[in-house]
Amino acid sequence: MPRHVIKVALLGNPNSGKSSLFNQLTGLNQKTGNFPGVTVDKKTGLCKLSNQSVAEIIDLPGTYSLYPKSLDEQVVFEVLNAPQGENYPDFLVVVVDVSNLKRNLLLFTQVRDLGFPVILALNMIDVASRQGLKVDIDKLRAELGVPVVEINARTGKGVDVLKAAISCPVHNAPETYLDFNEFAPQVQHEIKTLFKIPNNYLALQIAHRYQDMQNFSESEKNTIAGILKKNNFDSVLLQSKETVHRYEVLHQILNRVVVTQKSAEKERFSQRIDRIITHKVWGYLIFFAALFLLFQGVFSLSTLPTEWIGNLFSGLHHWLSEVLPEGPLTNLLTDGILVGFQNIVIFLPQIALLFAFISMLEESGYMTRVMYLMDKIMRQFGLNGRSVVPLISGVGCAVPALMATRSIENWKERIITIFVTPLMSCSARIPVFTAMVALLTPDKTILGIFNLHGIILMMLYLAGFLSAIVAGWVLTKLLKNKEHSYFIMEFPAYKMPRWKNVGYTIYEKSMAFVWGAGKVIIAISIVLWVLASYGPGNKMEEARSLAQQEAISLKLDGKSAENLIQARTTEASYAGYFGKAIEPVIAPIGFDWRLGISLITSFAAREVFMSTMGILYSMGDEAENEAIVEQMRADINPKTGQPFYSTAVSFSVLLFYMFALQCMSTVATVYRETKSWKWPVLQFTFMTLLAYAASFIAFQALK
Amino acid sequence: MREGSRSVADLKIGEGGIIAGFNNVEMSLKLLEMGCLPGSEVQLSHKAPLGDPICIKVAGYQLLLRKEEAATIKLR
Repeated sequence: MPRHVIKVALLGNPNSGKSSLFNQLTGLNQKTGNFPGVTVDKKTGLCKLSNQSVAEIIDLPGTYSLYPKSLDEQVVFEVLNAPQGENYPDFLVVVVDVSNLKRNLLLFTQVRDLGFPVILALNMIDVASRQGLKVDIDKLRAELGVPVVEINARTGKGVDVLKAAISCPVHNAPETYLDFNEFAPQVQHEIKTLFKIPNNYLALQIAHRYQDMQNFSESEKNTIAGILKKNNFDSVLLQSKETVHRYEVLHQILNRVVVTQKSAEKERFSQRIDRIITHKVWGYLIFFAALFLLFQGVFSLSTLPTEWIGNLFSGLHHWLSEVLPEGPLTNLLTDGILVGFQNIVIFLPQIALLFAFISMLEESGYMTRVMYLMDKIMRQFGLNGRSVVPLISGVGCAVPALMATRSIENWKERIITIFVTPLMSCSARIPVFTAMVALLTPDKTILGIFNLHGIILMMLYLAGFLSAIVAGWVLTKLLKNKEHSYFIMEFPAYKMPRWKNVGYTIYEKSMAFVWGAGKVIIAISIVLWVLASYGPGNKMEEARSLAQQEAISLKLDGKSAENLIQARTTEASYAGYFGKAIEPVIAPIGFDWRLGISLITSFAAREVFMSTMGILYSMGDEAENEAIVEQMRADINPKTGQPFYSTAVSFSVLLFYMFALQCMSTVATVYRETKSWKWPVLQFTFMTLLAYAASFIAFQALK
Repeated sequence: MREGSRSVADLKIGEGGIIAGFNNVEMSLKLLEMGCLPGSEVQLSHKAPLGDPICIKVAGYQLLLRKEEAATIKLR
């Protein structure tokens, strides 16, 4: 039986509890896609209303008004102004924070003027009543002429009532909140006639925003521009007049609906905490302590699951090699595809934990305090207080971190944040760092409690951060932009994190990594396997028979002989040839052909460095990292008779991996976020040159 | 203009005032939407450690903004 699925869009201010409500309505029946033409993620989900009916819920980004200031807000505008669009909702649920009713209702009056049927969901009534605000809901319903439902998005209270309201909507005729005769009536009239649209406000919106609207052709835009010019249409003045008018109307309505009693107990408590948290000394100390705990937490908690995943995969590898018949297909599966999967899954515990902590900080309201603390400092480097979230997230994985830049309204600050975020040391660099640090210094304990390697690792993070802000500073001198930089945002009261939301964030960010970075990693692993398994002509066969003879003369046992053969054949493979071919370029930074191969493979994804080294050092590709490091330590440079991984070489490798943009997924994400190849190409060139220069200086100085 | 002499950026912590208007039209659109209406009360709640951004109380909630943005809000 065909049934009509109603489309409902959730709309509301940031912090109004809209996302919590979305989670309450849809549960795990949600998926993330893209809005056409823009990079903002579209979250949709199915909500079962009754046994017969289902509604498709679209979660629109949080916005204060229909006049967009950021990319996120642009989406809301486009969806609501495109009646033919696939996302055009049948009606809207506007979620409002009752503790700030007037500002939250501004958006409501705008969408009502657009003619949308609306259900108003009142959230945070408990917070409001603690602040001494009492809302007469029946009166509000009568005044606004729409269904009004009281909900608690945190606990889920009232969600059933809302579902019932969605399934049998009662919609009164649209109310208008503006006297449209006062807002360029001639312009409205001409646009309405031109595009055959009935709605005054839609015509007015087109007059304000036509240049950014995708559904108009150039000639249509020129016609609109002509109409505006002829009528002396002053967009800025009319917008500000409109906002003032709307607030006046709301003021009158709310005077009849809301009763205020003073009780500021709670507030004083929150302010007392803020005095400490935003204190000159304590504020920064608390922030650094929080960061330290965050990293400690992520690393100590992720060790065990990471180990389990490693064991699981090597078990799987063994089992598959035994069960499946020997041959290239089996090798492709075990050494190509399986290794690729392992390289993805192994990072999930760290990424999930990092985003768990970040989302707790965001949910509690602390992240806003961090932005407040850091904005002035960040601004010196061309960044914004909001850049803090992408930069911290960049420690996990640059892909979701880059997506977090969308809340930065200013184009220049957003571009700079995108440009420098990949310099933050992401989790994929850790295995390389750990290996090189182990080669450089013996592990020991300092002052009884501090682990030397831990301290060096911490310093590497700091170096990544410093390079990011220095790069930002350079860029801010180079980029010219007159666009306004805003840092205007709500300072939310402290809240207990909603654990469900934390859970959804973990899921969402992990999936962003798996689909963003994962596809590339798998593809690279397969290409790498091909390059390492095949060679030009019969060179590999020759190398194999030579290695077999050598193994016999050295009286090696089965496993060692196999590893020796694998190493020699890899040397003769295409990968080996590439490694040798680039030796002249990488010799000045102290790299040999083996590091050359690893370099080539890790340009796609730096995760594969250790497994490539494992293959090249005859350890097999599933060797433990510690064992690979031991093998690298024992490697003697035939020219000097000294260990190959001298201080100079180890430093050179360390610095190269710290600075180079060895991640295809980051390149792809930057392209997606900036919609041009200019930025990813510039970024890639810059970071590669930086890496090469740093390694060159380090190697030549320490040699 | 006599009333344009002081702005929200000049307030001391705890001090309040009444918004008269704005001296930057583009900024004013955003500030109006956030509820900074002419005639409404503002109060400076606190400042970030480096003196910028600042946090003001307006329209019944707390709003963060940079000092240069606050300077566009003129007081009566």
